[in-house]
Amino acid sequence: MSPHLLKLQNIKIAIEGKSLLDIDCEISGGEIYTVMGPSGSGKSSLLSFIAGFLSPAFTTQGEVFIDGKNLTHLPAEKRKVGLLFQDPLLFPHLSVAGNLRFGISQKRNNKDELISSGLSDIGLAGFEDRDPHTLSGGQKSRVALLRLLLSEPNAVLLDEPFNKLDSHLRRELRAQVFDTLRATGLPTILVTHDHEDAEAANGTVVVLK
Amino acid sequence: MLRWISFAVIFLLAAPVLIGTLIAGLPAFGYFPTLGSESFSLAPWQDLFEVPGLLKSIGISLMAGLLTPLIALTLVFLFLASASGSRLDKWIRRLVSPLLSLPHAAAAFGLAFLIAPSGLLSRLISPELSGWERPPDLLIVNDGWGLSLLLGLIAKEIPFLLLMSMAALPQTNSVERVTMARSLGYRPTIAWLKTVAPGLYALVRLPVFAVIVFASATVDVALILGPTLPPTLSVMILNWFNDPDLSYRFLAAAAALLQLCISLSAIGCWIALEKFSSLLWKIWINTGDRSTLEPLCFIAGRFGMPAVLLLTAGSLMALVLNSFAGFWRFPDLLPSSWTLRHWSGSIAELATPLANTLIIGIVATSLAIALVLSALEYERRRGLKMSMAMWLLYLPLLVPQVVFLFGIVVFAESLQLQANLPLVIFGHLLFVLPYVFLSLSEAYRHLDPRWSQIAATLGASSTKSFWRIRIPLLLAPSLTAIAIGMAISISLFLPTQLLGAGRITTITTEAIALSSSGSRNLIAVWSVVQLLLPMLGFIAALFIPRLLWRNRAGMKEIQ
Repeated sequence: MSPHLLKLQNIKIAIEGKSLLDIDCEISGGEIYTVMGPSGSGKSSLLSFIAGFLSPAFTTQGEVFIDGKNLTHLPAEKRKVGLLFQDPLLFPHLSVAGNLRFGISQKRNNKDELISSGLSDIGLAGFEDRDPHTLSGGQKSRVALLRLLLSEPNAVLLDEPFNKLDSHLRRELRAQVFDTLRATGLPTILVTHDHEDAEAANGTVVVLK
Repeated sequence: MLRWISFAVIFLLAAPVLIGTLIAGLPAFGYFPTLGSESFSLAPWQDLFEVPGLLKSIGISLMAGLLTPLIALTLVFLFLASASGSRLDKWIRRLVSPLLSLPHAAAAFGLAFLIAPSGLLSRLISPELSGWERPPDLLIVNDGWGLSLLLGLIAKEIPFLLLMSMAALPQTNSVERVTMARSLGYRPTIAWLKTVAPGLYALVRLPVFAVIVFASATVDVALILGPTLPPTLSVMILNWFNDPDLSYRFLAAAAALLQLCISLSAIGCWIALEKFSSLLWKIWINTGDRSTLEPLCFIAGRFGMPAVLLLTAGSLMALVLNSFAGFWRFPDLLPSSWTLRHWSGSIAELATPLANTLIIGIVATSLAIALVLSALEYERRRGLKMSMAMWLLYLPLLVPQVVFLFGIVVFAESLQLQANLPLVIFGHLLFVLPYVFLSLSEAYRHLDPRWSQIAATLGASSTKSFWRIRIPLLLAPSLTAIAIGMAISISLFLPTQLLGAGRITTITTEAIALSSSGSRNLIAVWSVVQLLLPMLGFIAALFIPRLLWRNRAGMKEIQ
């Protein structure tokens, strides 16, 4: 995959006249750009704005580009921006394979092989028919990451994705997620309030007030 | 598209009720072109006020309209105050939807069979306790004061108010408030009554108003349990309306308008009562008393509402027993012989009404669920809550049925529309729609928005994520809403009777028509059929998700 470029041009987000943030930057493929700040500082609003589902209660300015293409007025499903929340949010009514298949483009034809090779890459070979609820916390997070990658996004947003994990699992999963995203050349924005996350991301860090 | 459907929902609910009410008023002032009367007069009113026993009828309607919500709400609140979080509470929570689905006619017949002089309760205490060797000569059912009517209405409305209160309870932070008050030394029941009750009441006010209107204007329950000489005003309206002599329509219209005034006055009295209670509450809270009333409230709460539910259970048993009873001598608790004769004799007659009931129920409920899902999906995509629409949703429940249905019939007749199945289905939709909306909207609005967001980031369009994510995740509440819709449609009497002009028969209209025949066994058979239909719906709503998601443990945490 060729590396992508995510550009945030003069983005301003405000609510009820109170300005939350003001960002202007370029994030190159494989870079992890970290946004830190206390709760209520607008970190998550930034991700919602980029992904395309910020509530109309917010007033916004600025544009989002990926590889020179303006996303700002596209609906969320056309933006090709992947998102990981602090919960893995595997759809509970679908099997593991069903979850992965949900994100794969309908035009791909070898979906089954894509799923089984993806699962064996993350050490979960043969897990296709499993109920996602029966997976461990770490396994769920890895499936969520695989689901995101199989949907072939052009950029990735991480909304405190390691927040709910215990410290050991946290380190392991963080390394895995960051390595994978760097290897695939995806520009990434990480929102967190953990300094260790920011250090491991090893990129630009912005602190909101 | 969705936008138009949302407006259609509102229009469908509001327009027929408002137009129906207005049109019902015209013949009351002598204007009725279909009958050739095109001038206004006050004659219908003069006739109405000369009807013997009118004042007593009005009095009973008002009393039922005020005492039903007062007693039912008191019992529900005391129950929640004394039992929240207990095992009894969990047990009753599971029962509430099926109880709500009991058709009022069947429940009323069951109650009649339970409390009548020769009913189950009387047999239970005879002859040992009462000394009765023969059924006592007492007028219990259809008593002149409307007490059995009141009891039937209370038993019927408790599940409705309980369901509405339980749905609103999470918004009141009841657990935190009670914990806080208890840490300040308040006993648990008092803590709930002083800190949770006022806020919860504000949330269930509209449903309470619906109870006032229903109780003050009920037709079907009053036909079965209400007084007969004179009957309640609502029953008189129906009788005049159905009179072969069409000139009685003027009288019926005037009475319908009077009925509207009575229901509105009952709401007015209730609002005055609200003011008084709020003052009383303020004084009570300011006393700082922490425990004086605790034992009384606790006992009343733990036993009051469950006793009424037990009465309902007894009513159902009375129905089943009567439908299979052969020879049944008076003081014997159980029949001395059993028979299938009542059932086998009814099968042939059941076929058409059963088919009608199912067609009307299925079509009305399918339309309702499609409209409700569209409206909720539109609301979700717009990210706005329709607060105004809430009032309109309740409109068919806030105007007495007999009033606006009367108007719709007059309107349909003036357009030369014959009574037909689509018209009846439309009438049912007016009542099915609000209940389907009320039972599904909370679940739909509270579904974690991140499911849809994740689906969108994975490239799913709104349509795809509606069918593939939201519908499956909300399958259980959707099926419950469908079951409630079916149950409401099955239980409806007046819309079928009036809009079908008595020519379209359902299980409910036939059961009520049988009530004058006096054959307990036959009435019991029809009532049991009436009970079974909604019950089958609820069983399906409970087991379909369990079957589909048997290997999906995570689905349990969604609701």
